[in-house]
Amino acid sequence: MGSGPRTPFENPVVEWVDSRLPIFTMMQKEYGVFPTPRNFNYFWNFGAIAMIMLVLMIVTGIVLAMHYTPHTAMAFNSVERIMRDVNGGWLIRYLHMNGASFFFIAVYIHIFRGMYYGSYKKPRELLWILGVLIFLLMMATAFMGYVLPWGQMSYWGATVITNLFSAIPVVGESIVTLLWGGFSIDNPTLNRFFALHYLLPFVIFAVVFLHIWALHVVGSNNPLGIDTKGPQDTVPFHPYYTIKDTFGTLVYLVIFCFFVFFMPDALGHPDNYTPANPMVTPPHIVPEWYFLPFYAMLRAITFNIGIPFTEIVIISAKLGGVLVMFGSIALLFVLPWLDRHPIRSARFRPQYRIALLVWLAVFAFLGYVGSQPADAVKFGIPLSYLGLLGTIYYYGFFLAILPYLNKHEKGRDLPPSIHESVLKGSA
Amino acid sequence: MMKKIILPFIVLALATASPLVFAAEAEQHAMPTPADLEAAAELPPEGAEADKAHAPDHHAAAPHGHNEWHFSGMFGSYDRAALQRGLKVYREVCAACHSLKRVYYRNLEDLGYDEGQVKNIASQYNVTDGPNDEGEMFDRAALPSDHFVSPYPNDNAAKSVNNGALPPDLSLIIKARHHGPDHVFGVLTGFAPPPEGVTPGPGQHWNNQMQSLISMAPPLSDGQVAYEDDVPQTVDQYSRDVVEFLAWASDPYMEERKRTGIKVIIFLAVFAGLMYAVKRRIWAKLH
Repeated sequence: MGSGPRTPFENPVVEWVDSRLPIFTMMQKEYGVFPTPRNFNYFWNFGAIAMIMLVLMIVTGIVLAMHYTPHTAMAFNSVERIMRDVNGGWLIRYLHMNGASFFFIAVYIHIFRGMYYGSYKKPRELLWILGVLIFLLMMATAFMGYVLPWGQMSYWGATVITNLFSAIPVVGESIVTLLWGGFSIDNPTLNRFFALHYLLPFVIFAVVFLHIWALHVVGSNNPLGIDTKGPQDTVPFHPYYTIKDTFGTLVYLVIFCFFVFFMPDALGHPDNYTPANPMVTPPHIVPEWYFLPFYAMLRAITFNIGIPFTEIVIISAKLGGVLVMFGSIALLFVLPWLDRHPIRSARFRPQYRIALLVWLAVFAFLGYVGSQPADAVKFGIPLSYLGLLGTIYYYGFFLAILPYLNKHEKGRDLPPSIHESVLKGSA
Repeated sequence: MMKKIILPFIVLALATASPLVFAAEAEQHAMPTPADLEAAAELPPEGAEADKAHAPDHHAAAPHGHNEWHFSGMFGSYDRAALQRGLKVYREVCAACHSLKRVYYRNLEDLGYDEGQVKNIASQYNVTDGPNDEGEMFDRAALPSDHFVSPYPNDNAAKSVNNGALPPDLSLIIKARHHGPDHVFGVLTGFAPPPEGVTPGPGQHWNNQMQSLISMAPPLSDGQVAYEDDVPQTVDQYSRDVVEFLAWASDPYMEERKRTGIKVIIFLAVFAGLMYAVKRRIWAKLH
């Protein structure tokens, strides 16, 4: 990291620091002159946007933690105190609440960008894996954060999700006891969730650092998915992409602020404004919207899997659902080895492109299924069947369609280089 | 070029809008919330079955769908006169059973009262304070720095005089229900004779908005609260006013939030526009 040969700086103070710790050289190398493909489209903004959202979440979160009390008898009241009596507290909390949603939106678009343009393919496999790890950590963090206000959905969401672990054979019950810190969701649960909710964002930050480090070793992918072949294909990161990211981030913040200031509770659930009550179960427990597709997959498995014609159950419906849900993320980890097609960008893979866009539609549809009651019926078909169909496509995309396309998709001819495409106006 | 710029933001807009669509869809399947269930806890099982069989579609039957509120929309604000009337309705009617414990008397200055008027309102209530230097608890008149005094000392006391149902605290009632203002307005104006086959238990009343029996008697009747202005003294008007008041109690910073939001969004939009111009200039060198 920046320990190679160094060009001296003119400013004596900068030079004094840099000759001892070449931080300026590093910044210059990684964010100043860093050669970046010149043909990014606006999808490439979302990494920077996600980074800004992470920082926003950490800053607002630290301020909230100054006023929050992680105790079952006081948590709800302390959050309402923030909303009513702490100066600017309503703003900090609404930024944090909606910030979580907008962090996920940015990350979902960022992930989809990676899938569409084949950014996970050699040599960026590890970069991709670190990204999926960030996503997984975000899910854990968001889940625990949603428990902290100790409203009805906090409590019952926590009940549903922590109970999932009891499906794991042999050790499941012990894991649940460990998560709860006892034999039911109670004060010890809230305390450890608060501690972990404070810790994990910094772990995320560290993995983001590794993610960016890995990016700067192999360089960015681009919409054409072909390698850069020389300086004519790249521009320095600054000012070209610093300004483009600034513009994109500001547009994103306009939409974010529209939610924060004009519909701050639209993405939440009204039940979370009722204090947690272990004696009253809400009729329809739903997680936050960004978990809904995974929730649908969890609920899609409504049958036991066993040896036919016997009563022997190998995988119960509950364990099946849990495996399918976690498996859906495990698939993302191994995506670079499932899709071995030599062409990266979907622009030159018409069949992959269609399969992926259908996959996106199915993922969104699973989100809809997840938002509905488990026994809902649409068009005369129980939604859980449609959820199962969606889940089959989700899995089929990774495990059947991608391997098939590896062998059979010819793809279009790739352009010779980035700069020629840019000059022709087709990139 | 334009196409390339717009596409990601279309995706973004869809991603942003989809949860709203889900929420709207979910709303069509709105079920009674826990507090509602609690209120209806005394429903006998046979009654529940009959209730389902006779309940018409939720939306068709709810007497009031979407109302226009003074506080809705980007520029909506609270109507001070309605807030003051709503406070009067709350104090004279709702407060008999429902607490409002997250609101301080001092907050009433938001309604347009001055310090003296707030002190006067607070002083009409008694709170237990102490212990004093002798170790005794004592009663004193409430101060602006006190929370609204609750009608019952605790939840059990509230349940024991309400057939086992707990009248929910109203501080957050508007935020704690889907379409809160319309819902609460619907409950207040939605009392009707029970459908055939539904037999109310003791202290129970049919409500069209809830589509069930609830343990609240119709609280309002025409002419019940004497208004000082010339607004009609009807159940409909009382309900509108108290919803306005409760919306404020749920979200006292709404006006400040919206005012700030307009400034923030104008600032960000102008800033984004400038950055776009700068971006075009910088990138022009390349083409």
